[in-house]
Amino acid sequence: MAWYLVRRFLQLIPVFLGATLLIYFLVFSLPGDATAAICGEKGCTPAVEASIRAQYNLDEPFWVQYFLYLKGLLTFDLGTNFAGRPIAEIIANVFPTTAKLAVMALVFEAVAGVVVGLFAGLKKGKLFDSTVLVVSLVVIAVPIFVLGFLMQFLIGVKLEWTNPTVSGDATFTELILPALVLGLVSFAYVLRLTRTAVIENASADYVRTATAKGLSRRRVIGVHVMRNSMIPVATFLGADLGALMGGAIVTEGIFNVNGVGNTLYRAVLNGEAPVVVSIVTVLILIFCLANLLVDLLYAWLDPRIRYA
Amino acid sequence: MNGAEMNTENPSAQNPVAPLLELKDLAITFKTNNGEVPAVKRADLTIMPGETVAIVGESGSGKSTTALAAIGLLPSNGRVSGGSIVFDGEDLTNVSEKRMIQLRGSSIGMVPQDPMSNLNPVWKIGFQVKETLKANGLPSGPKDVAKVLTEAGLPDAAARANQYPHEFSGGMRQRALIAIGLACRPRLLIADEPTSALDVTVQRQILDHLETMTDELGTAVLLITHDLGLAAERAHKVVVMYKGQVVESGPALELLTNPQHPYTQKLVASAPSLASRRIESSKGTGRESDEVLAPHAEDLQTDNVIEVKNLVKVYKIRGGWGKSSDFKAVDDVSFAIKRGTTTAVVGESGSGKSTVAKMVLGLEDATDGSITFDGVDITSLGRKEMFNFRRRVQPIFQDPYGSLDPMYNIFRTIEEPLRVHGVGNAKSREAKVRNLLDQVALPASMMQRFPNELSGGQRQRVAIARALALDPEVVICDEAVSALDVLVQAQILKLLADLQSELGLSYLFITHDLAVVRQIADHVCVMEKGKLVEKGTTDDVFEKPQTAYTQALLDAIPGAGLMLPPEVA
Repeated sequence: MAWYLVRRFLQLIPVFLGATLLIYFLVFSLPGDATAAICGEKGCTPAVEASIRAQYNLDEPFWVQYFLYLKGLLTFDLGTNFAGRPIAEIIANVFPTTAKLAVMALVFEAVAGVVVGLFAGLKKGKLFDSTVLVVSLVVIAVPIFVLGFLMQFLIGVKLEWTNPTVSGDATFTELILPALVLGLVSFAYVLRLTRTAVIENASADYVRTATAKGLSRRRVIGVHVMRNSMIPVATFLGADLGALMGGAIVTEGIFNVNGVGNTLYRAVLNGEAPVVVSIVTVLILIFCLANLLVDLLYAWLDPRIRYA
Repeated sequence: MNGAEMNTENPSAQNPVAPLLELKDLAITFKTNNGEVPAVKRADLTIMPGETVAIVGESGSGKSTTALAAIGLLPSNGRVSGGSIVFDGEDLTNVSEKRMIQLRGSSIGMVPQDPMSNLNPVWKIGFQVKETLKANGLPSGPKDVAKVLTEAGLPDAAARANQYPHEFSGGMRQRALIAIGLACRPRLLIADEPTSALDVTVQRQILDHLETMTDELGTAVLLITHDLGLAAERAHKVVVMYKGQVVESGPALELLTNPQHPYTQKLVASAPSLASRRIESSKGTGRESDEVLAPHAEDLQTDNVIEVKNLVKVYKIRGGWGKSSDFKAVDDVSFAIKRGTTTAVVGESGSGKSTVAKMVLGLEDATDGSITFDGVDITSLGRKEMFNFRRRVQPIFQDPYGSLDPMYNIFRTIEEPLRVHGVGNAKSREAKVRNLLDQVALPASMMQRFPNELSGGQRQRVAIARALALDPEVVICDEAVSALDVLVQAQILKLLADLQSELGLSYLFITHDLAVVRQIADHVCVMEKGKLVEKGTTDDVFEKPQTAYTQALLDAIPGAGLMLPPEVA
């Protein structure tokens, strides 16, 4: 087990190198001149432009730029963005908000998805099940920005239950609505996964045997159907945490959340390779760790899986 | 007191005690897309306290459905549509689910069929026993759990209780399930094919143990089985079901020796565990099969179509920290198959018999030793020679449900090997497929059907036709009839014997079922833990077994001891 953990952490190194290299290269290959974005419409003098180029190593070939970036990383210096703000500070500023948002969305989709999925699965073919299936299909099919704006308009503007946008403080109550929107599609997937697993497990031989032992229905479902049905759901949720962290661009845009998604979007538009790569790298590390966590959870849920 | 004693001592005797379970005119239907389909029609059955009653029938006869109805566990689309189930004076067809939960476990226990799928894989064995005790209001400390498991014959129960089902062998799992079934001392135990998934020797141990336990506790047993021999050996009374109806019932031996209903007669005649001697004699008086085989076996003594010499197969088992250990699945096995005869390799699961089959088929590389086919060592064949070799040696596998491609219709299934090997043109291939279907006694109209539209026996016929498509010299049957009901099994064995005499085929027959061996094989090799412990002609091995292991296997055939008295008499 210890050996397995060591191996999994060692695996992070090539993943880290490969991911940074690839992303750095993609941003490097973006068309357009980065200095133009800094100088704006008015333009800079050639001397200023040259000094900016020198400061950010923009004239160096790709490999040199990349290695200079890596060197900075090793000394915990992520550099600054084009506006001169340290990248480390940007990350420290926006990540907590997005993390809060992602975790809230994850809790929502996990709890609601499992509960609704369980009841739909147990009442397979009944009205509740059919309704839930149709609604979840609609949620998956309709683009998230449509649902987002719709909910913002109804709940935030018409009913005024909450602020339609999120302030700089990003308090818990303000984040509830964006978190619901962010978790909505995954909620539909979790629901469907749970439903399928419950239907499959509810007709398993060991569930019948459990009933034959004289257990109450509640215990049969709670102990024998639920744990087995959580195995595929856990896998999905782990992968989804990474997607929620990085994929909140649309939701953050709708609700004006100052989070990772918004910052990343602006950095890509400005061609600020160090910012993009730094943020994405953190996201990748979170994704890898979340997956490791899921694998461990998986082994706990299913004792047949043993890591060595 | 008097009544209780009578029950355990002499249950089948007439006594004034009320029956424990009484099914009257029981009808069960299943809701399907085509409306309500009857599964059980007018079933009657009575179990006295402490008595063992067996329901015998083939799959689909409604025997399991009947038993499940008695414990209120019909699948959600099934319902009791008529008649009554009276348990201890209480009609269970219209009691509440709450009352049913009270009865389950404490009054009616169940030992299910498949030990592999009936324990929840994610909970420890001890936990699964514990919750049974707890749910029925019994003390459920670790000691109580260990006691229950020990009673069911599980060694070292306290430590074993901390293991998960996948760390148990099939036999141990079944013991755990028996422990669960009897944990709360129910008055009736429903045992649904409790051992059909286990090796014969394990089967015998488990059944012996179950019998001892239920005798001691005075538990009545409703035993569900497809094996008439087993039923006759274990039960006081036997009920024969066919297509949802009880066709015959009565005391076990009487029913066996003097079956009244035509179906029971057929069942008795073809039950392999009972017929071992009889089939030999019919072979002796027999027609072409014996006439062709016997001279072959003597004339061509030197002509071995396959010779296996000192065959060894070692698997590496991965351990932790990059270590690995060797596991000898096959250890120094030698035997030969004479042309036109059948050699059977017998053994329990894990004995290495299927590994031998895979190596002879060239699907698995031998670690050491040689396999010669027609004088050529197949372990040294190149790709192209291997391709040609495959054409001459064909397999038939155990599971006719898994070994046919569900997306291929029957014509395409049988034609595929011909196409792969580039035999003939489209027209001649179709003629060949027709001819093959005819040989395996399937109508040509079947060509456009798909496997899911066929019964198990029909599928196995298709598998045989496919194996024969390339006119092989050797057919390797890996448990080819094990998954089939007895009647179908008898038909397929007869078909194989007929094809052998017709086409001069040689068979390598891999099986765990000695009763089948007796019906089909000329020579027998007995394997135990990778080693060949005994080989010889079928008659020699059956009549004068040389090793204790073979003797144990023979003794374990259900009903082996049972049929002797009437035959001797």
